[in-house]
Amino acid sequence: MKMPQPDAGVIARRAEIIEAMQAIVLGEGVITDEEELRVYDHDGLMAYKGLPLVVVLPETTGQVSAILEYCAANEVKIVPRGAGTGLSGGALPLADAITLGLGKFNKILEIDYDNRTVITQSGVTNLAITEAVEDEGFYYAPDPSSQIACSIGGNIAENSGGVHCLKYGLTTNNVLGIEMVLMSGKIVHFGGKHLDSGGYDLLGVATGSEGLLGVITEVTVRILQKPETARALLLGFPSNKSAGNCVAAIIGAGIIPGGMEMMDKPAIHATEDFVHAGYPLDVQALLIVELDGPEVEVDHLIERVDAIARQAGATHLSVSRSEEERQAFWSGRKNAFPAVGRLSPDYLCMDGTIPRRKLADVLQRIEELSQQYGLRIANVFHAGDGNLHPLILFDANEPGELEKAENFGADILRYCVEVGGVLTGEHGVGIEKRDLMGVMFTEDDMNHQQRLKCAFDPAHLLNPGKVYPTLHRCSELGRMFVHKGKLPFPDIPRF
Amino acid sequence: MRTDFTLAQLADPEIDAANTILRTCVHCGFCTATCPTYVLLGDELDSPRGRIYMIKNLLESGQPATAKVVKHIDRCLSCLSCMTTCPASVDYMHLVDRARVRIEKTFARPWPERVLRALLAFVLPSPGMFRLALKAAALGRPFKGMLPGRLKGLVTMAPARVPAASAVDRPQVFEAEGKRLKRVALLTGCAQQVLRPSINEATVRLLTRRGCEVVVAEGAGCCGALVHHMGREDQARKQARANIEAWEKAGVEAVVINASGCGTTIKDYGWMLKHDPVWAERAARIAGLARDVSEIINELGVGELTEKGLPAVTYHSACSMQHGQGLSEEPKALLAAAGFEVREPAEGHLCCGSAGTYNMLQPELAGRLLERKVENLKRAGGAVIATGNIGCLEQIAGGLAGGTGENKGPPVVHTIELLDWATGGPKPEGIP
Ligand SMILES: Cc1cc2nc3c(=O)[nH]c(=O)nc-3n(C[C@H](O)[C@H](O)[C@H](O)COP(=O)(O)OP(=O)(O)OC[C@H]3O[C@@H](n4cnc5c(N)ncnc54)[C@H](O)[C@@H]3O)c2cc1C
Repeated sequence: MKMPQPDAGVIARRAEIIEAMQAIVLGEGVITDEEELRVYDHDGLMAYKGLPLVVVLPETTGQVSAILEYCAANEVKIVPRGAGTGLSGGALPLADAITLGLGKFNKILEIDYDNRTVITQSGVTNLAITEAVEDEGFYYAPDPSSQIACSIGGNIAENSGGVHCLKYGLTTNNVLGIEMVLMSGKIVHFGGKHLDSGGYDLLGVATGSEGLLGVITEVTVRILQKPETARALLLGFPSNKSAGNCVAAIIGAGIIPGGMEMMDKPAIHATEDFVHAGYPLDVQALLIVELDGPEVEVDHLIERVDAIARQAGATHLSVSRSEEERQAFWSGRKNAFPAVGRLSPDYLCMDGTIPRRKLADVLQRIEELSQQYGLRIANVFHAGDGNLHPLILFDANEPGELEKAENFGADILRYCVEVGGVLTGEHGVGIEKRDLMGVMFTEDDMNHQQRLKCAFDPAHLLNPGKVYPTLHRCSELGRMFVHKGKLPFPDIPRF
Repeated sequence: MRTDFTLAQLADPEIDAANTILRTCVHCGFCTATCPTYVLLGDELDSPRGRIYMIKNLLESGQPATAKVVKHIDRCLSCLSCMTTCPASVDYMHLVDRARVRIEKTFARPWPERVLRALLAFVLPSPGMFRLALKAAALGRPFKGMLPGRLKGLVTMAPARVPAASAVDRPQVFEAEGKRLKRVALLTGCAQQVLRPSINEATVRLLTRRGCEVVVAEGAGCCGALVHHMGREDQARKQARANIEAWEKAGVEAVVINASGCGTTIKDYGWMLKHDPVWAERAARIAGLARDVSEIINELGVGELTEKGLPAVTYHSACSMQHGQGLSEEPKALLAAAGFEVREPAEGHLCCGSAGTYNMLQPELAGRLLERKVENLKRAGGAVIATGNIGCLEQIAGGLAGGTGENKGPPVVHTIELLDWATGGPKPEGIP
């Protein structure tokens, strides 16, 4: 993976930068020792590593602002980091950048049941928001499988999804406002407790911005009342194809389940080993379909889904009988990625999204590629919205296997785009899919996107080298940015 | 994940085992969320995922441990909450043990630290020494202002009144009441019998009432956990061997343990001695006989209830109980079966900060965890707090002490004392 050439000038000023950081953040919040920095050398994507210049863990928005202001004035780059569970390398450190970790932003600030909102610091985990309000019968709907650990700030940066997003929307549909620090150090607020604000939808712009536009420090989310009833069905099928067809048939019938997830045989076995949820082990594919709402509606929908599944050839049908059992059904799915660690020391998780009716076709192609590359695969995915997560299993200790896995992954994603889909459903582009952006977007598209970036961060100091395969000077894109009388990065390398 | 050990390194069975463990970690970060130190500090360096990576680098380098690495490993409570969370079942327990041994062997701690550790390793496992030390501490209380740093803390922690030694802790056999169903050995332990002799007394009463013949075996002593967690492998193995020998001679069907911290270690004797040709098999057999007292009572049933109108109990699950031994439901079910209304605190998965000698070695973090725990326990609202581990019991009682009137916290007792009370034993001390 080619990253921009680190700025030797910045590295030479390391001691001075550290001193400046220590003046802003006291105590252990400035990490400088190589041994300690190494622990931060990657995020949830282990394939790429790099030592940061320094790690800084501020505790207040004021500190974040002071850090960014200093960095803007001194041309030091910043890589924001939430919980480091990202799967596309968005928080991969750079040798000439400060990794700005938000781990200490871990407090929930306000719960407002009247307005059904929660205000939290950005490092609070997704699940902690639900835990804080569940006694009152509320929850925060988007539930990435990593919800136990990933931060709400990271969720916004990636516009994360989860098993319940089919019905309740992605992060972007559930966030009402943010406080964000711009690279200049300026603190801005987009949105609030209300549903819409005047002017451009800047909150929408910030959502999914992968740490390229600003550092999110505070978040206002909408919470929902738990549905009166929720029950999950386990549907086992003799082939991926029949399961895929069942998904299309359920959606085709106009039913919108709370969640509809699919796992193939290797994934079923790996997760059942960990959670003992009662998954059938003799099927090739498993669907978990959740129906929620008033009890009569749920009963009625279960009957209909049951009938559709039988028609599609389901060989196993069971319905959760208690809340614990429903949770257990989901627990397997939510732990699926790491549980695959039981099958293989390493995996790459792909994130392509395709039109639902292409499901069986794409799975077939993945199977062929798996044979061709000689690498095993476990499939776990948000079937309801066509978001695939093929997990490519490999052993990084074997020379050449990582490269093979990467090529395999790229082939899958190219195929997803070919059938009318997109590169990423929810994990973001980061560095992992950066060089494939050209498969999706023309040069023109990307230039326009980068003009937006220039409006927020004209000197390209925030998370450079991520998302876009080529780094243009803002001036080239039709906007002259002159700082202290000179152009930033006079000789930006193209890579 | 990817590891980089040389073949020569892998020839060492301990490194080979560590390598196998490391390779199962996929770095998903789920463990960070339930790690007490990460919850407090928000720094990857003080999370299980961070420590695993640090241990990997330490072991791969073959270099002595450095002060920075030691700092972060020392901060680990070994509460094993991460293992309950980990979907890939990374065996963090044995990995961090390996790191501790490496630290003990390659890192020269500053001398006050060394003295403190040596003192703890020498005094705590021996009930006689420990009792003496507590008495000395009680005498030393008025002068504690003159003591340096952590020693002052230790003296403050010591109880004002040291109970007399109990007769049950001497080697002997207690006959079963009625028909004998089982012959079991009871680990009478080290610190617990000094601090709360009533726990072993209640355990013997309850076990014999439920048809167990209970042997307090000659030659059995501290389980080895205390020194094991300090990386003093040889001393831990020595204590383990002594126990194995004693319980083999006793000829029992189970070894019953009423301190879950000790139970976690004894259940692991097989691993501890697995490279020892003479002891490996014997250790594995004894480990297989080890049972927490709640497991045995669960098997035999609590028996006939003699008390009515029992108070509501807030149950604190010790980390060694829920994470170390995976016993989350059993103790609660027993309390409910005995007629108590059982309440559970919020954040029940988080450690109270006791963690063996942690509260003495890391008083600052332990104190913050204790504060949080006490808040959650009080909020749960039970009239009594019950737990199955002496370390937690003393720690929480200490955290609740000092309050008066409204702020006076509920009494803290061992689960077994409550079960004994509900089925014919005396009311535990401190319950109104
Ligand atoms: C096992 C596993 C399962 C997963 N399942 C799902 C899933 O079901 N759905 C899903 O969508 N994702 C999933 N993910 C991916 C990941 O958890 C999400 O992308 C998550 O939102 C990342 O959050 P984080 O706090 O870990 O961010 P990080 O990994 O720390 O950062 C991710 C990106 O966000 C930026 N960023 C982080 N915090 C901030 C901030 N405060 N301000 C500005 N930028 C910031 C970083 O610069 C980086 O580019 C999974 C990951 C794992 C390991």
